[in-house]
Amino acid sequence: MDLHEFQAKECFERHGIPVARGQTAATAGQAAEAAERLGPPVVVKAQVLTGGRGKAGGVTLCRSAAEARAAAQEILGMDIRGHTVRTVLVDPAADIRGELYLAVTNDRAARRPLIMASAAGGMDIEAVNRETPESILRTHVDPQIGLRDYQIASLASGLARARGTALPAGLRHPFAALARSLYDCFRATDATLCEINPLAVVAEDGGLALRALDGKMSIDDNALFRQGGLAELRDASAEPAGEAEARASGINYVKLDGQIGCMVNGAGLAMATMDLVGHFGGAHGIGPANFLDVSGGASAQQVATGLRIILSDASVRAVLINIFGGITRGDEVARGIMAALEEVPTALPMTIRLAGTNHEEGMRLLEEAGLANVTVAQSLQAAAQAAVDAARSG
Amino acid sequence: MPVLIDRTTRVIVQGITGNHGRFHAGQMIAYGTDVAGGTRPGKGGETILERPIFDTVAEARERTGADCSVIFVPPPLAADAILEAVDAGIRLVVCITEGIPIRDMQLVRARVDRGASRLLGPNCPGLLTPAASKVGIMPGTIASPGSVGVVSRSGTLTYEAVYALTERGIGQSTCIGIGGDPVNGTDFIDLLELFERDAGTDRVVLIGEIGGTDEQRAADYIRREMSKPVVAFIAGRMAPEGKTMGHAGALVEGAEGSAGDKIDALRSAGARIATHPEEIPDLVGG
Repeated sequence: MDLHEFQAKECFERHGIPVARGQTAATAGQAAEAAERLGPPVVVKAQVLTGGRGKAGGVTLCRSAAEARAAAQEILGMDIRGHTVRTVLVDPAADIRGELYLAVTNDRAARRPLIMASAAGGMDIEAVNRETPESILRTHVDPQIGLRDYQIASLASGLARARGTALPAGLRHPFAALARSLYDCFRATDATLCEINPLAVVAEDGGLALRALDGKMSIDDNALFRQGGLAELRDASAEPAGEAEARASGINYVKLDGQIGCMVNGAGLAMATMDLVGHFGGAHGIGPANFLDVSGGASAQQVATGLRIILSDASVRAVLINIFGGITRGDEVARGIMAALEEVPTALPMTIRLAGTNHEEGMRLLEEAGLANVTVAQSLQAAAQAAVDAARSG
Repeated sequence: MPVLIDRTTRVIVQGITGNHGRFHAGQMIAYGTDVAGGTRPGKGGETILERPIFDTVAEARERTGADCSVIFVPPPLAADAILEAVDAGIRLVVCITEGIPIRDMQLVRARVDRGASRLLGPNCPGLLTPAASKVGIMPGTIASPGSVGVVSRSGTLTYEAVYALTERGIGQSTCIGIGGDPVNGTDFIDLLELFERDAGTDRVVLIGEIGGTDEQRAADYIRREMSKPVVAFIAGRMAPEGKTMGHAGALVEGAEGSAGDKIDALRSAGARIATHPEEIPDLVGG
């Protein structure tokens, strides 16, 4: 689960990290009020769960409350990579003297947390990693031992040496405290990412200080059961239609761009089915409309819910159901599908393929039912081909 | 000689009184697995499926001589269940539970690495040696005895491949699911090594998916160490970057985790690549 910038920064602040203290606004009027209260100049920033908002015009520096109102007017409702902006964050503009990068994530191959720091802050870190990977300092944390002071000191030294004192000597201690706080935040919230980019060196009160000007956090979905408060921060309005409903029903659903609605049991088989649809349909501009894993034994109830979610996607022109009956027998699966089709009627062409235990019996039942829009396929290949054909002629 | 489990493997079921634990314990017994009993704190002394229930794994191991456990407890308790089994000296711990937090698994894996136990999973279907024993939830009806080793990150996709092999008269030595989580106990390389050494296995099917770099490391191992032919299938060519495809670990972050990168690595290591699951038997051969 991804958090919005303002949510991540609230979380950082709770763990003792100095952040820009902004205010959120859902209307241009609220943005102007916030600018007034904070005192211009301010930065008005789109709150969307995707990157690239700067390039899309979702971040504007404003010198007055009137400018903040105009900027919010422009940004609210904007579409950024398929995400509609519903909230902006109004942050006080800082006097920035330097920009660092600091993040904690999990290194999958090493099976432990990884801290990354760089003097190349404020830039796309993926690009930095491609072009000058050596400019990113890395240190792994042993989950049993925790983050040690020498590790932070080594990061601070690296930053102090980079680009002519990217980290001024007077900020070594604040940096150490901040890095520890970020790691603590990462562990305490079961995060999979805590990222500050930029971590700015700002001038204030005649001195220099560190401040998180942006914040990005992702939380491990599997840990939400013990992260009560955080679980409530999920922004369901930022998710494609259907994904929230699917989650509530224990179905894994991800909306994609194609035309063939796929319903499969099991995540791996669901991906393999999508791949085959793309294999046959790619040349004709036909692809999978979604990833959908109904899980379990594909009961009538699960199949009906899955079908409802697929059919609510207006771009779906054909449906492909691929169920592997393992411990659940193929004839039971077929009865489940037929019950679901009665409950969720549709005229869209539908291809069904069953495999595994008792699949012949299941396919016979489906064929005997003689449903006008249903084709029963003998293999996964044949099913994918039939669904692509149906979508092309439909 | 099959890999990891055979007829003599004695199994206890952690969480045997829950719906899944009880159902699959029954399925395992029906398949012929030597299920010695199960655990459920507070129900020690009772029986289920005509087998004893114990309060702790240590007690179950001492009283039954079980060397293998299979875990069906809910996600918040599963990390503890694995640690309990490891501390009790269980040789092979198979964790079926899906949804264990990554933070828990990092600690569990570190403990497993310090001990003598092997952990398979979590979020896996377990393993099955046809006509001998199954530990976990794989449907027994789809497998048949033979000499193809199957190792996979996915559940139903494994079944699909095993079933396709069986339908074509190609039997399996052992079928193993390593699970779809980002941090697990046993990876491809561990099992490729076992299959390479196993006299009863002469070919291997490897089924991977997007996310992480396990397949690339497996490719490296295949190039350096494997004499037996490998057929590979990778799911997720159509998966977009940055979206989790059902399994917590099936997430493309950067080019490395993509299906294309994995396929290239495996192909250049000499593995034959199936474009879809039904093609696997063609490439494995009779």
